[in-house]
Amino acid sequence: MSDSAEQLPDEPSGAPEAPTLLERYRVLQKAEGLVAPVITVLLAFLISGVVVLLTTGNLGDTLKTYRAIFNGTGLNWFFHVGNHDIGVPFSHSRVWFPWETNDFSSQAASNLEQTLLLWTALVLTGLAVAFAFRCGLFNIGGQGQYLAGSIAAVLIATELPRAVDLPGVLLILVTVLGGMLAGAALAGIAGILKGTVGAHEVISTIMLNWIVIWVGSYFFDIGGPFQTNAPGAESVPSSADIPDKAKLSVFWGDPLLQGLHIGLFVALAAVVIYSLTLNRTTLGYEVRAVGHSPEAARYGGISVARNYFLAMAIAGLFAGLAGALDILGWEFRLDKTQLTSSSIGFIGIAVALLGRNRAVGVALAALLFAALQTGTASRNLSTEAFPPGLGSPLAVIIQGLVVLFVGADVIVLLALGRLRRTRARRAAL
Amino acid sequence: MSRFARSPRAVAWAGVVVGVCAALVALPPIEVRSPIAPIVIGGVAVALGVGSWLRVERRIGGYAAAAGLIGLLIGYFATRSSVGKLEVVVAWGALFAAMLRWATPLVFASLGGLFSERSGVVNIGLEGMMLTGAFFTIWGADVTGTWILGLAIGIGAGGLMGLLHAFFSVSLRADQIVGGTAINFLALGVTSYLYIKLYGQQGTPTDVSTIPDVSLRFLRHIPGVGGFLDDVFGQVDLMIWVAIVLVFVVWIVVFKTPIGLRIRACGEHPRAADTVGISVYAVRYGAVTLSGMLAAAGGAYLSIGFGNSFGENMSAGRGFIALAALIFGNWRPFGAAAACLLFGFSSALGVNLQAYSLSISTLFTALPYVLTLVAVAGIIGRTRPPAAVGKPYVKQ
Repeated sequence: MSDSAEQLPDEPSGAPEAPTLLERYRVLQKAEGLVAPVITVLLAFLISGVVVLLTTGNLGDTLKTYRAIFNGTGLNWFFHVGNHDIGVPFSHSRVWFPWETNDFSSQAASNLEQTLLLWTALVLTGLAVAFAFRCGLFNIGGQGQYLAGSIAAVLIATELPRAVDLPGVLLILVTVLGGMLAGAALAGIAGILKGTVGAHEVISTIMLNWIVIWVGSYFFDIGGPFQTNAPGAESVPSSADIPDKAKLSVFWGDPLLQGLHIGLFVALAAVVIYSLTLNRTTLGYEVRAVGHSPEAARYGGISVARNYFLAMAIAGLFAGLAGALDILGWEFRLDKTQLTSSSIGFIGIAVALLGRNRAVGVALAALLFAALQTGTASRNLSTEAFPPGLGSPLAVIIQGLVVLFVGADVIVLLALGRLRRTRARRAAL
Repeated sequence: MSRFARSPRAVAWAGVVVGVCAALVALPPIEVRSPIAPIVIGGVAVALGVGSWLRVERRIGGYAAAAGLIGLLIGYFATRSSVGKLEVVVAWGALFAAMLRWATPLVFASLGGLFSERSGVVNIGLEGMMLTGAFFTIWGADVTGTWILGLAIGIGAGGLMGLLHAFFSVSLRADQIVGGTAINFLALGVTSYLYIKLYGQQGTPTDVSTIPDVSLRFLRHIPGVGGFLDDVFGQVDLMIWVAIVLVFVVWIVVFKTPIGLRIRACGEHPRAADTVGISVYAVRYGAVTLSGMLAAAGGAYLSIGFGNSFGENMSAGRGFIALAALIFGNWRPFGAAAACLLFGFSSALGVNLQAYSLSISTLFTALPYVLTLVAVAGIIGRTRPPAAVGKPYVKQ
C-alpha cells in the first residue's frame, strides 16, 4: 500500500516557500483529498477511451459510446427532476424522493435502480476490504466472504422455516445475522492464521475464496445436499427459492424485476458505522495503530494478533452482510454458475483502493463502479456506435486500469510534480 | 535397521508410503474387499506420522499422517463401492494420463511464479498472465496459421503482462499485490474484449493449428509395465514433455548457476545483492517478465494444447492453483512440480468421481485449496517464503 495515505495525521506541513504541486498534493491528501483518485479515474477512462476509439474508428462514435454508457447508468434520471410533483413545504422547490415518484418503469429509473442495487453490494464489499486495509491486512477474500454470506443466507432462509415458523421480520433478522457471521467466520480464519502462525493473509484468503466457491457449488449441485427439490428441477444445480416472507421489501421499482430494496439503507448505515468504529472507538484506534505500525502498537501494549483477528472478522461481517442482502433483496436463490461467475467481492478491492479506505471515498468509488457496471450492460449500448457485447469487458478493463494506477498514484503525482518543476526551470531559463 | 528407525525423517517417509498403500490395497488391481485392511494400514501410517511429528520431523510427519488419513478414507470407501464402478473410476493408466494433462498448465505457471517470487516480487497476476497466453496463442495460431508462431505470440503477450507488472512493482514501487490484482482484471478485460470483437458468437475457428502430440507407441512393447506406460505417455502433447524437462532446467538454473544465485539473492536480501554489484532492478525485471512468459505458455497449453478453443475466463482459477502449488512446494521446482501433480491427480480423480455423484466430484475440486491452507497454517511444517518477497527495493 502507498504508505502516505495510511499515515495517521502527523505534524502539519507548513511549507514557508511557494509550495510545489507535489507539496500541495500532499496537503490535499492529508485533508483526504480527491486529487489522486480523480486523476486515476480520468486516466483509466482516457486509456479505455483509446480502446473504444480503436474499436469504433472515429471520435464521434467514441463520444457517443461514452454518452450511451453514462445514460445507461441511470444517473441521467436526476435530470428529469422537474417532472415530479412533490413540492417542498413552504417553498417552490421540488424534491425527488424516488419512492414518492410515479416513475417506476422508465429506462432511466430502472437503470438507476440497478445501479443502486449494485452500489449496495459494492459499498459493503468495499468496506470489507477497506477495514482490513486499515489494520494493514490485504483482504483478497471479500469474494469468499460475500459468497459465504449468500450461502448462509440461502440455507437459513430456506431451511429454518421448516423447523420453526418465525414471523417475516424475525426470519430476515436471523438470516442477515447468519450471513454476516458466516462472512466473519471465514475471514476470521485468515485473521487467526495471520495472528498466530504468521500465514500471509493474501494466500489464506485466496484459498478460502476457492474453498467457499467449491463447497457452495457442492451444496447446490445436482445431487448435492441443498439442491432445490422443486418438481421438475432435478437437473438444475440451484438452491430452493427463499420464502416470500423472507424477501426484503422493495420501495422503488417492480419487486419481481430487481427493484430497489431497503438493503440500500442498511448499506448507508454501514458506511456510517464503519467511520464511527474506526475513528471514534478504542477498537478502531487499536486497529489503525496496528495498521500503522504493528511493532509500535505492540510496544504500546496493543495485542497485534487480537486486532488482526478482529479486523478480519469485522471485514467479514461487512462482506457477509452484502451477500445476505443480495439474496434477500433480489437474487432469492443461488445457483452453481453464480458462485463461480460473481465478482462483487473482487470489484470491492478496486472500490476500497480507489476510495482510499475512507468511508466517504468507498461510498463514492462504489457508486462509480456500480454505475460503470450498469452503464456498460449490453442493453444500454446502441448497436450502431459500439458493439453492445463489448460493454462488460470494457468495464473490466477500466476496473483493471483504475487498480493499476491506484497502486502507483503517488508515483503518478511525483511524475507530475517533476514535470511541473522541469517546466518551471525551462521557463526560468 | 536400528539406524533407520532412529531417524524420524525416514520413519515419516515410510509413513507416507504406508499411507499410500492403505488406499492401494482396496483399489484395482489388488481390490481387497474387507474394510479392515485399509483401516489397519492407514492407522499404522498415521501412527508413524504422529510418532515422527512428536520427534520434531513436523513437515514430513504431517504428510505421513495426512497420507494415512486420506489413504484410510479412500481405501474404506473403495471397499464399500462396487467393483465395476471402482474399475471405471480408478483406471490407473487413464488416471495418470489425465493427471499429466491437468498438471501441465499448473507446472508452467508455478515455475513462472517461482522465478518471480524467488527474485522478491509477489505474483498473484499468474492467473491473468495465463489467460493472456491462452488467448493470444490461439489468436496467433489462427492469424499466422502455425502453432509455433502462435505460441511465440502468446508467450510474448504474457511477457508484456509480466513487464507491466515489473514496471509497476519494481520501478514505480507500487504494492505488488495491487499490481497483480490489476493484471488479473486487465487480462480478463482485454482477452474477453478481443475475443468478443474478433470471434463474436462463432467462437475460435475449429481448424486452428494446435500443438502436436508426441507419439511414443514403442512403449507398449516393454514387458510388464508396457501397457501402463503406453496409456500414460504413449500419445501425449508436446507441451507435457516440455513441462517435464522444464522442471529440471529450472532447478538447474535456480540452484546451480550464477544467474539463479543472483535471483535468489535479490529475493532474500536485495541490499546485500546490490552491494556485491548485482542489479536488483534488472534481475527482478527479468524474473517477472520470464514468469509472465512461462505462465502464458501454461495458458497456451489450455487453448491449443489440450483442446483447440478459447472461452472467456478459461483459466478459471488455475493461476491461483499454480500459486498454491508454488507455496505448497515451498518455492522449490521439484516441490512445486510435485504439488502440481498432486493437485492434477486430485482434479483427474474428481472428474472420474462423477461416476458416483456429480456433487461429490464438485466438492473434490476444493481439495487443493484446503491442502494449501493447511500447509500455510503451519500445521504440517511451516513453509518459508523468500525473505524479501513483496517488498519493493529502493536503491541507495
